[in-house]
Amino acid sequence: MKRMGRERWYGFLIVLPSIILLAVFVYGFIAWTVVVSTSEWDGVEPNYAWAGLENFRELFTSEGGTSAIRFSIDLWNTLFFTVLFLLICIAIGLLLAILLDQKIKAEGLFRTIYLFPMALSFVVTGVVWQWIFAPGTSTRLRGVNALLTMIGLDALRWKWYTSTAKVGPFHVALIPVIIAAAWQMIGYTMAMYLAGLRSIPDELREAARVDGASEFRIYRHIILPMLRPITLSALIFLGHISLKIFDLVYTMTGKGPGFATDVPGIFMFETTFQGNHYAQGAAISVVILLMVALVIVPYLVYSFRQEVEL
Amino acid sequence: MKRRRFRLSRVVVYALLIIFALAFLLPVYVLVTSAFKSFAEVQDLSKMWSLPSGLYLDAFKAAWSGIPEKGLRGLAQNLLNSIYLTIPATVLSAVLGSLNGYILAKWKFRGADVIFPLILFGIFIPYQSVLIPLTQTLAAIGLGGTIWGLILVHVVYGLPITTLIFRNYYAEIPTELIEAAGIDGAGLLGIYWHIMFRLSVPGFVVVIIWQFTNIWNEFLFAVSILQRPALQPITVALRNLAGSQIQEWNMIMAGTIIAALPTLLIYIIAGRFFIRGLLAGSVKG
Repeated sequence: MKRMGRERWYGFLIVLPSIILLAVFVYGFIAWTVVVSTSEWDGVEPNYAWAGLENFRELFTSEGGTSAIRFSIDLWNTLFFTVLFLLICIAIGLLLAILLDQKIKAEGLFRTIYLFPMALSFVVTGVVWQWIFAPGTSTRLRGVNALLTMIGLDALRWKWYTSTAKVGPFHVALIPVIIAAAWQMIGYTMAMYLAGLRSIPDELREAARVDGASEFRIYRHIILPMLRPITLSALIFLGHISLKIFDLVYTMTGKGPGFATDVPGIFMFETTFQGNHYAQGAAISVVILLMVALVIVPYLVYSFRQEVEL
Repeated sequence: MKRRRFRLSRVVVYALLIIFALAFLLPVYVLVTSAFKSFAEVQDLSKMWSLPSGLYLDAFKAAWSGIPEKGLRGLAQNLLNSIYLTIPATVLSAVLGSLNGYILAKWKFRGADVIFPLILFGIFIPYQSVLIPLTQTLAAIGLGGTIWGLILVHVVYGLPITTLIFRNYYAEIPTELIEAAGIDGAGLLGIYWHIMFRLSVPGFVVVIIWQFTNIWNEFLFAVSILQRPALQPITVALRNLAGSQIQEWNMIMAGTIIAALPTLLIYIIAGRFFIRGLLAGSVKG
């Protein structure tokens, strides 16, 4: 017994370097970023003079001028991007999973096609969709616009991600970016739902069929409720990706005309590494972190409480 | 009385599946056809959606070795950089994750149940929130702007996910095996080496594929840490090429294919393990 206790101590020593590295690189660095966000560091050389919440005030109140305008657009964009992106991924992912679960031929091929964008970099996705949605000019149409003209749908032509049009606070230029993001991530929800559908025992459906339930009612009342935990996981996972998104938008459109496609991730990157406004960049990072933590922390706590096997 | 059943008609099922498959493949069509076009052809925007008139390899040559007279760098060096970066980072994070996962699954020390969720949070953090201290620290320890610095970063931030996947993997291995070996006198590392490691091949395949794909595709750390074009991995170089307002779209598309091919090939060859990583990394995390 004593020996086992000693072994446990060795075990701790093996994990210790990783724990220290993560304590420093995750928690230490987050604390450091918070310190920078309350400093006056505005230039290449660090300056940790205390600025209180000044950097946050400049993001959220009119005293920030252009920064505040930009950040408010960023937050609206994040909201619309997240909501639409989640809706599309959940709806189409679920539809594809149900279709694939109908005992069809060549299931493997279809699955491979829907899922392959997951293996690509957001940079690759951004470059390709930038080319597809580039509007061109009215005399030299490009991308989707050229395609629409080819099939006689001229009426649907528009400026895509170069548009500055808004519906309320919603920049329509976000739509092409959302399509690109959904193209990449739908396969993920599909795979999750498909795994969920496969874990539902056939006997359950059989029993319901014997009781005379229609296929529609079986999905509506038995299968979909059983998929709810998967929907929650997918929402959390995709939601946190969308809140911190950077590479896809940065590659595909950048901040766009009048910040039409700007997101906090791009603002943070540009103001920090191109403008050397470190304190402002840190303040934006803290806001992104809080948004992500708001989604992730309750989920982690909930998962552990439930003794869900993590 | 026989009830009429609501059945999705087979025709509708297949029609929908095929329509979605075509939509998913549309970008691939544009990508491949544009990459094989000549420069003159890709300039003619009215032909953007038509097949190339022949298989021109100029775009791939340009993407590989650049067009010096226009000041465009090729991606060959950046592809190598990605390999130098991805392989050591993948292997190191997999080995460390395996050891951590083994301890956390089978040798729980006091406090392990508190530490584990704290480790997992590292999977989800937005990397923006560590970026400023990270670049400062790397510069201070002499790793700023180097591939080794980026390798260190990927190993550290890869630890949470590799630890999670291995911990779940080892939790499935019966503890009796370990107890039996313990009675035979094997120690903690002996058990790891003689039993666990040998049973870990599928776990390693999942983790290595997952880490390779993620590190190869990563952009934010790379673009923040590596400023010198000659050291940048291919994702950063590709974005710089595409963002440089050049007209050689065939070259950009060829470069995109070069950047995408390694992870795509792994996905096609080992898709099963890729999906397992995907589910392990998120359903339960």
